This record gives sequence, structure tokens and C-alpha cells, in this order.
Amino acid sequence: MSFQRILAYTVRHLYLYKRSMPRLMEVFYWPVLDLLVWGFVTLYLSRQSGAVPQFVTFFLGALILWDILFRSQQGISVSFLEDIWSRNLLNIFVSPMSAVEYVLSLLFLSIIKLLLTSTVMVTLAWFLYHFNIFTIGFALVPLILNLVVMGWAVGIVTTALILRFGQEAEVLAWGVALLFQPVSAVFYPVAVLPWFLRAVANYVPAAHVFEGMRMVIEGQAFPARELAWATGLNVFYIIFSVLFFYWNFKVVKRKGLLAKVGE
Amino acid sequence: MKSIVEVRGLTKVFNKYKKAVDGISFDMYEGEILGLIGPNGAGKTTTLQMLLGLTTPTGGEIKIFGLDINKDREEILRQVNFSSSYISLPYSLTVEENLTVFSRLYGVKNYKDRITELLRTFEIEDIRRLPTRRLSSGQITRVCLCKALLNSPRVLFLDEPTASLDPDIADKTRHLLKKIRGEQGLAILYTSHNMKEMEEMCDRVIFMDKGRIIAMGDPDSIMREWKGRNLEEVFLKIARPGER
Ligand SMILES: Nc1ncnc2c1ncn2[C@@H]1O[C@H](COP(=O)(O)OP(=O)(O)OP(=O)(O)O)[C@@H](O)[C@H]1O
Ligand SMILES: [Mg+2]
Repeated sequence: MSFQRILAYTVRHLYLYKRSMPRLMEVFYWPVLDLLVWGFVTLYLSRQSGAVPQFVTFFLGALILWDILFRSQQGISVSFLEDIWSRNLLNIFVSPMSAVEYVLSLLFLSIIKLLLTSTVMVTLAWFLYHFNIFTIGFALVPLILNLVVMGWAVGIVTTALILRFGQEAEVLAWGVALLFQPVSAVFYPVAVLPWFLRAVANYVPAAHVFEGMRMVIEGQAFPARELAWATGLNVFYIIFSVLFFYWNFKVVKRKGLLAKVGE
Repeated sequence: MKSIVEVRGLTKVFNKYKKAVDGISFDMYEGEILGLIGPNGAGKTTTLQMLLGLTTPTGGEIKIFGLDINKDREEILRQVNFSSSYISLPYSLTVEENLTVFSRLYGVKNYKDRITELLRTFEIEDIRRLPTRRLSSGQITRVCLCKALLNSPRVLFLDEPTASLDPDIADKTRHLLKKIRGEQGLAILYTSHNMKEMEEMCDRVIFMDKGRIIAMGDPDSIMREWKGRNLEEVFLKIARPGER
């Protein structure tokens, strides 16, 4: 394992953002628009009679945290796509860089990307809606960590599928996180879900994270139980995702598809 | 001469029945240019990819510097490199940025000087700060060749490196490869469908067809053996066995 190589490859992607407007937009544009539109909708709804107390806080907190999961997943899968599009994958895999180092550099990159995005969102939410996410307090740290790790697990699995199935799987890079949104109980409590989706939500780390977030905002105790569930599930999923990637990488090498990815 | 690549009984079967490479054995020696020739689908690219660890062989053995690609991947790949007409480099990065990234991946010391030296050798110093997307395909090919030489490899694998070059640049590239081979003693494994190029470049050639080695040796003795005036004639005799 070489930290120098991991860093070198993270830098390759940062060079990209230095010069490419559309890619910078991807980091700032969508999150900011989301925050504007949904923030004002929330503000409006919260002024109606009979609104849920702390509706704004719930909603804006959820919006920002959801984006962390989303970015964490995309940071991995979309960066991988960049290498496919530029026909650069072979250059990497004939270099001394190992597949593990490659994945680690993508994880590292996803952290940088989501730090950028969340800083913008948090600042903007404060200015526009006087929403201070840090009122969630210390619990914010484990909540966010769990979302990041879940994003990684989903991102690594997506990457493995793109490696294996090529272009047909590319669409996953953009949409796969949304697939988890309904059962992640981002904007509503798990309790509103029908029983079968509730059963699914039990096994989705993000659902526990968002339940935990609402408990904290409501002023309940530190959501230890929810966090324990989320962490346990995440440990399992991240190990699974790495093994899944590793296994697919082997299959792809056996099938001789590494040179053909993206064609 | 010292053998630095040893291939024994190398086989690749795709999807259980398609024998892309069928038990080939050969050696590569220090400082030689070895050409891999054969009709489309002969198994040249598959062979190259197995040598680089990109495709897992079904059977046989590969030793590079006496090491096994599966066990000592990093150690081997540090000292070899690869280029081809079907790969490229990230489009948004400048030539210099791309070469910097790969210098770091290969742990090249004083890489700024090395990059300047290579760009000068390939006469593309002027495009150093251009984004790769703005380059012509011939320029990209040359930048990829620079990338392939960054780590001063001992073995260079080239899959149709001159395929997108105009005759002038192709000729210059051939001269450069020969020059670098002479100066640094690196061995080059080379595929091309340009038979004149192979005649001019290669110390030895391997003729493959349907995954097997049909002929191997220096171009002159192969031409004598197959009674052809040039490699092109030999190629046609091998590719069209019915007319032999
Ligand atoms: N990943 C793969 N899966 C299945 N079959 C493959 C795969 N890669 C190559 N083949 C088959 O193996 C054979 C050898 O292909 P290869 O690409 O090695 O030929 P080549 O000598 O490089 O040909 P060309 O001159 O056209 O580049 C062909 O019949 C090809 O269809
Ligand atoms: Mg080929």
C-alpha cells in the first residue's frame, strides 16, 4: 500500500475540478438549488396552521444530511466513470497502483467533494433560514460518518457493477442512491411507511440515521440505539461491498473485460 | 543474451470454448524489439494483456524478471509500461498534469526534468500546457508514449502504437523507439499490422494465428523459410493456408 500513489490519484481528479466548470457545478449547483427550492417550500408550509413543530429544522437537516450520502456515493462512482470515459483505466491498471489503492483514492476524493458541498449548504442554510445544523450537537459526528460509509458501500458496489457490465450499468452511478431514498425515511419517520417497507428500512443504515437525527432535534436523549444499528449494518455492508468489488475484479480479469470496460 | 520475459505454454480460453491463445511459449531478451504479427483475432492483444496482468491466463506460466505477475505485480509493473492506440489520457488535464500524475504513480524522481526530456524527444514541448482534449490523435499517441517511458521501463509493451500516426510521425516514432532501445537497452514487445514497419523495427518476430505460434525468428530467416520476398507475402501465406 502506497499513500503517495493514493494521493497522486486523488490529485488527478482535483486537477479536473480546477478546470472544468460543469464538474464544479455538479458539486455546488444541485445542492444549492435543492436548498433554495425545498428550503422555501418548507418555510411556507411551516407557516400554515397545524404544521409539525420544528418542521423547518427536520427538513433542512434532512436535506443537508441526505446530500452527504448522495455525494459520498457519487464521489466514487462518477469519478470511476471519468476514467472510463477518458479511456484511462488501462493506464491505471498497468501501473503499480493496486485496485485497493485505486478505490481508496476514490474514497478520499469523495470526502473532499462532500466537505466542499456541505460547507456551502450549511453556510447557505444559515444565511437564508437561520438554520444551524450544529444545534444537533455531538451526535452529528456519528450520524454523518454513518451516512458517508453507507454512501461508500453503495458507491463501491455500483463501481463493481459498472466494471462488470459496462455501459448498461452506468445509469446506476446517477440514480442508485435515490433508490434508497424512500426506505431511508429521510423526510418522514419510518412509522409512516407501510409494514413491508418498514421491514426493509430496518436494514438500511440511513433510515436509522434519520430517525436518530429527528430524535436529537426533538430534544430526546442521544440516539444510541439507532446509531448502534446503523453502525452495525454499515460495518457489514462496507465489508460486503469491498469483497463484492474484489470478486468482480477477478471475474473481469478472467473474462478479459478490463480492456473493454466502457466499450 | 539474458531472457527477461519467459512465457511457457500460455493459454487463454474465453467462455469455456473460445481458445484465444493456445499454449504458446517464447522468450524475450534484454534490449530486443520483438514483433507480434498475425491476422485479426490471432490472440496478440490477449497475449499482451496476460503479460500485463490485465487478463488471467487459463494455463501456462509467465515470468518477467524471473517474477510472477500474480505474486509480484507491483515489483514488475514498476519496471514495465504499456501504450496503445486504444488508450488515452484524461481529457480535461493538460499534458503536463497527466504526465505528473503518472510520474507520481510510478514514483519517478525528478519528474519535472524527466517530463521535459521526454516531451523534447517526441518534439511536443509546445503542447505541454494544452488540455489533452485539444490534441490531435497523433499528438495523444505521442503523449501516451511519453507516459509509457516515464518510469524508464525495462520492458515496453506496445499494442499497435503507430495505428493513428501519419507516415511522417510514424516514421519518427519508429526511429525514436529504436534510439531509446539502443540507449537504455529496453526490450520492446510490439504489435502492428504494418508489415514494412515490422521488418524495419524488429530483431525477431512471432507469427501467430488462431492462438498458436506459426513461426518465430528474425525477419530474414522467416522470409527464407516461408519463401516470401517480404513479411507481407509471408503474412498472406500464413493467413490464407488454402492458397499455400
Ligand atoms: N474478453 C473476451 N471475451 C471473449 N472473447 C474474446 C475476448 N477478448 C478477445 N476475445 C477473442 O479472442 C480472440 C483473440 O482476440 P485478440 O484481441 O487477442 O486478437 P488480436 O490478435 O489482438 O486481433 P487484432 O489484430 O484484431 O487486434 C478473438 O477471436 C476474440 O474474439
Ligand atoms: Mg489486438
